[in-house]
Amino acid sequence: MNRTIITVVGKDAVGIIAKVCTYLAENKANILDISQTIVQEYFNMMMIVDLTKVDKTFEVVANELAEIGLSLGVQVKCQREEIFDKMHRI
Amino acid sequence: MINIYEVLETNKMIEQENLDVRTITMGISLLDCAASDVDGLCRNIYGKITRLAEKLVKTGEDISKEYGIPIVNKRVSVTPVSLVGASACRSSEDYVKVAHALDKAAREVGINFLGGYSAIVSKGMTHSDELLIRSIPQALAETERICSSVNVGSTKTGLNMDAVRLMGETVLQTAELTKEKDSLGCAKLVVLCNAPDDNPFMAGAFHGVSEPDAVINVGVSGPGVVKYALEQIRGASFEVLCETIKRTAFKITRVGQLVAQEASRRLGIPFGIIDLSLAPTPAIGDSVAEILEEIGLERAGAPGTTAALALLNDQVKKGGVMASSYVGGLSGAFIPVSEDQGMIEAVECGALTLEKLEAMTCVCSVGLDMIAIPGDTPATTISGIIADEAAIGMVNQKTTAVRIIPVIGKTVGDTVEFGGLLGHAPVMPVNTFSCSDFVNRVGRIPAPIHSFKN
Repeated sequence: MNRTIITVVGKDAVGIIAKVCTYLAENKANILDISQTIVQEYFNMMMIVDLTKVDKTFEVVANELAEIGLSLGVQVKCQREEIFDKMHRI
Repeated sequence: MINIYEVLETNKMIEQENLDVRTITMGISLLDCAASDVDGLCRNIYGKITRLAEKLVKTGEDISKEYGIPIVNKRVSVTPVSLVGASACRSSEDYVKVAHALDKAAREVGINFLGGYSAIVSKGMTHSDELLIRSIPQALAETERICSSVNVGSTKTGLNMDAVRLMGETVLQTAELTKEKDSLGCAKLVVLCNAPDDNPFMAGAFHGVSEPDAVINVGVSGPGVVKYALEQIRGASFEVLCETIKRTAFKITRVGQLVAQEASRRLGIPFGIIDLSLAPTPAIGDSVAEILEEIGLERAGAPGTTAALALLNDQVKKGGVMASSYVGGLSGAFIPVSEDQGMIEAVECGALTLEKLEAMTCVCSVGLDMIAIPGDTPATTISGIIADEAAIGMVNQKTTAVRIIPVIGKTVGDTVEFGGLLGHAPVMPVNTFSCSDFVNRVGRIPAPIHSFKN
């Protein structure tokens, strides 16, 4: 299991989730969990994704997702899960 | 499972509150590089550093990308050079050659600073130690990335006042030789008491002889995160205040621990320690002074500052210790003047003086740090400042340090620009009464009574 957290932050728009999910499906990334919230009129989405079957390197996936974000006018970040686990779980 | 609010909190710390890992420092032992000739020594040193640290910068960048956490500096610390060069170096010029070899190795592996151009002379100086110390001004003037430190005392040994006297002169000469750059050489020279063997922070980092062949030490940071957390609990009791600092320090340190373990695994080099330090930068909102203001002081330096800093330092340690399996180095709040926008402002408006800074160093790591003083300050006065600071460290069984910059050609009222992480500083007034008869006595100050614990 190679769990990664993808966050999307920005102005809400049509098709954000669709585009990110399409990219993940095309690359064989398995989505384990999705949640979203609106904070101060900003769209915040978090996905927990398993990248085990993805052929591309982490860096390539992160860069490509960031580019998709740019095209939608939102910020897409890709981070390994451990940083959140370490910080918030004892 | 991690929830969205936790993820957003972490990312907010990184993006808006300047959370970062300040440094991954690889400690490298150079003891096996010793040779009987200088050229052989330089070759061995260059070879070992470039071999072990070859992937340090790349690894740091990879970890940074994958976890989304900035890792500001990748650095190397080495065995105090006066030990390694004892056999090969017959003159100070020989030591300068070693400094150039270290500088070349640092450039080759892409690190911004390399520490360990050092001598440990807390009880006495060998001939080699003295040659190295006398070479420091030239070495720092001619190299770009070398940091130098000299340990002049410890709780166990007392203070080597001959070394203290020599360091006053050395600081002044370093200032003179780098006067074209506002005496920048002195920003890379620190005089310590009770120097730790595993400090990852420059300029005082070196790889002590108690350490393994190579080790990964990590320095965390995050004054901005602490300040933001305190903004949310304005006016709360001390209990709530302390609890908030502790919780925040825990979170910051956990990130450092993760990065350290990951760097250690990827580089195949054992993990040493996490240094729990709140290290400020000149960036807005990344200031220890602003935390003190948030605790309730109009400006750093106001009455109450020492108590507030003591509280802050202690809570940072208490939160951090639980977050990491091994803690070491300096571990505490740093109070450099030029590297902290809130400190600079406090000096400029007259709230913070050298004497108050000295008091503050009694309760935090590390010491009088990045303080610009007039260039015409006598060497004996600089030695007196060093002796005072070292005495605080010796008696309180803690690390203290002096990194002051007598800026040649400038005086009180002028400002010095060091650039980058080193920031800028107003030149601060120094007490002008002489201590030369005190400093010119020879010998050492004995260890304090409470050091005899056997």
